[in-house]
Amino acid sequence: MSIHLDENTRVIVQGYTGRIGTFHAQEMIDYGTNVVGGVTPGKGGERHLERPVYNTVKDAVRETGADASIVFVPPPFAADAIMEAADAGIRYCVCVTDGIPAQDMMRVKRYMRRYRREERMTLTGPNCAGTISPGKAMMGIMPGHIYMAGNVGLIGRSGTLGYEAASQMKARNIGISTSVGIGGDPINGSAFRDHLEHFEQDPDTRLVVMIGEIGGPQEAEAAAFARDHMSKPVLGYIAGLTAPKGRTMGHAGAVVTTAGESAAEKVEILRAAGVGIIVRPSEFGQAVEEALANL
Amino acid sequence: MDIHEYQAKALLADFGMPIAKGGIAYSPEQAAYRAKELGGEKWVVKAQVHSGARGKAGGIKVCESEHEVMEAANALLGRRLVTNQTGPGGKLIGRLYIEEATDIQREIYVAFLLDRSSERIMCVTSSSGGMDIEEVAATDPDSIVRVSIEPAVGMQDFQAREIAFALGMEAGQLAEAVKALKACYRAFRDLDATMVEVNPLVVTGDGRLLALDAKMAFDDNALFRRPQISELRDKSQEDPREMAAADRGLSYVGLEGNIGCIINGAGLAMATLDMIKHVGGEPANFLDIGGGASPERVAKAFNLVLSDQGVSAILVNIFAGINRCDWVAEGVIQAMEKFDVAVPVVVRLSGTNVEQGREILANSDIDLITADTLAEAAEKAVAAAAAHEATLAG
Repeated sequence: MSIHLDENTRVIVQGYTGRIGTFHAQEMIDYGTNVVGGVTPGKGGERHLERPVYNTVKDAVRETGADASIVFVPPPFAADAIMEAADAGIRYCVCVTDGIPAQDMMRVKRYMRRYRREERMTLTGPNCAGTISPGKAMMGIMPGHIYMAGNVGLIGRSGTLGYEAASQMKARNIGISTSVGIGGDPINGSAFRDHLEHFEQDPDTRLVVMIGEIGGPQEAEAAAFARDHMSKPVLGYIAGLTAPKGRTMGHAGAVVTTAGESAAEKVEILRAAGVGIIVRPSEFGQAVEEALANL
Repeated sequence: MDIHEYQAKALLADFGMPIAKGGIAYSPEQAAYRAKELGGEKWVVKAQVHSGARGKAGGIKVCESEHEVMEAANALLGRRLVTNQTGPGGKLIGRLYIEEATDIQREIYVAFLLDRSSERIMCVTSSSGGMDIEEVAATDPDSIVRVSIEPAVGMQDFQAREIAFALGMEAGQLAEAVKALKACYRAFRDLDATMVEVNPLVVTGDGRLLALDAKMAFDDNALFRRPQISELRDKSQEDPREMAAADRGLSYVGLEGNIGCIINGAGLAMATLDMIKHVGGEPANFLDIGGGASPERVAKAFNLVLSDQGVSAILVNIFAGINRCDWVAEGVIQAMEKFDVAVPVVVRLSGTNVEQGREILANSDIDLITADTLAEAAEKAVAAAAAHEATLAG
């Protein structure tokens, strides 16, 4: 099992015929993802990468039965693309686009609330590396070969730091059920907490690793959820010990503005909630191995 | 992106915020002329730098004659103002704002910000204005009133009225207070701000409201649709190295240590800095060259890190995802051949084609130190920096 995504998920690509969309769609197809087509407004009726192109997400959903979408649309138009996916009945959406204005994302989140919770699309990102259920399917830009299939759930903000964690685990023969990138923006589609909930329900996930960073309240919210609602162990790492206050560290959302947002404070919040702390970023593999041995 | 006080005031005034009369000056003569133009007998000369707490740092002077205005301007212009927010280097005072003095009856704090918890614009106010909000939160937390704004409909009059009453406004000031608060909100929303702070918003001796100081920051991701804001950028207020990085599509933050860092991805970059700290070192910078780590970007990164005189060793940590380690290795070698690198360089590659990448590094004539793991890379960089500094010391 896995969460959100497996070999049966029918995936469409928004921004399908663009340079970036094309490159990553091909990588996803090569990995084995069931990509059923794509959307580029104005190119409906054409074929691309041996699959149909549609003008609208609604058309794509009607014709292919797609239930998931990955967005490679440029920042000025990405919020619109996400709302189009939500309205067309897409169940799971990954937005890779980096650089969407924060107020656009605020409006996206508000817009999505018009749908009943059970019908509401789950959005991950923007500014994320994507989601992968190793051995089954990949929606994202990550190198699929560094992930081994297994029983550890992974949730992280960062792309390359997630790769680091996954490859440290693979080196110790530890596999992953699903890895979810939630992205580095200040306002994102879903948070650590949302995916902890899914992993808790997933029979094949035995343990969850969350890789957080400075800025925002989401790590603390996840800590409270883990304490109150998780039977499975959660391990956490927080990046950004050396970040000066008020400085943005690469990710638009990685900035300490108020109390509780620094790495040291977040580590204490996680620890107090019973989350196992991974102190050094060189110890992902070892920490997970030890935690699995104790199960 | 940050802007100056006088720019923020002009923007807010466009949306209906009352401000005092004032004018900008680039020279002492111009400052005196502004004072004459404004009339009256008392003026405030305000250093325009991208920082709060300018008053405490001596950047704001009250003057009672044109001569005093000229002298104050002379003393301020060209100096670097060091506040508790600028760091020890301070910020260059290149322009002054000359404003008519205001008769202050009381001071109020008003701010709008992007609240990540509610994912809405939040209005934060306090009847204790004039000091920074952290201080208020510590000394008088009950005076802080927070109102969250529904993005679909925007700020409503009743919300502004509730705030105004909580701030102790009199009935006669109500309409003006509502107008001022909504001006801030509309400016925030329409200009893609991330922060609007009017501190203080004052009630004058004759009962009027006035924005005495104003600060705005903007969403860099939205500048593409706000050309009028992009034009307000003052490059003299930015760190030259960070600016050079940003202009080359790299993300750089200068720090105090001696280990220069070149890493792809923001999370891995922060984690690598953490690792250096854990093994007893201090990073000289945060530098994210982007996920792809192309040879061009690696070269730009070397150029940037080498321009920091405090760097005693360089740590390159690249996780090749969609690209390949052999390609990254070639890029590192090219960059090191191009620049005369006089400090030790530690390179750690991982990801796709890592064996080929390591082989290329091992077979090259370039003098570099390789590492296989994150911990090893950090330890070697810290040791190499210490050894290099010892050699220099003689």
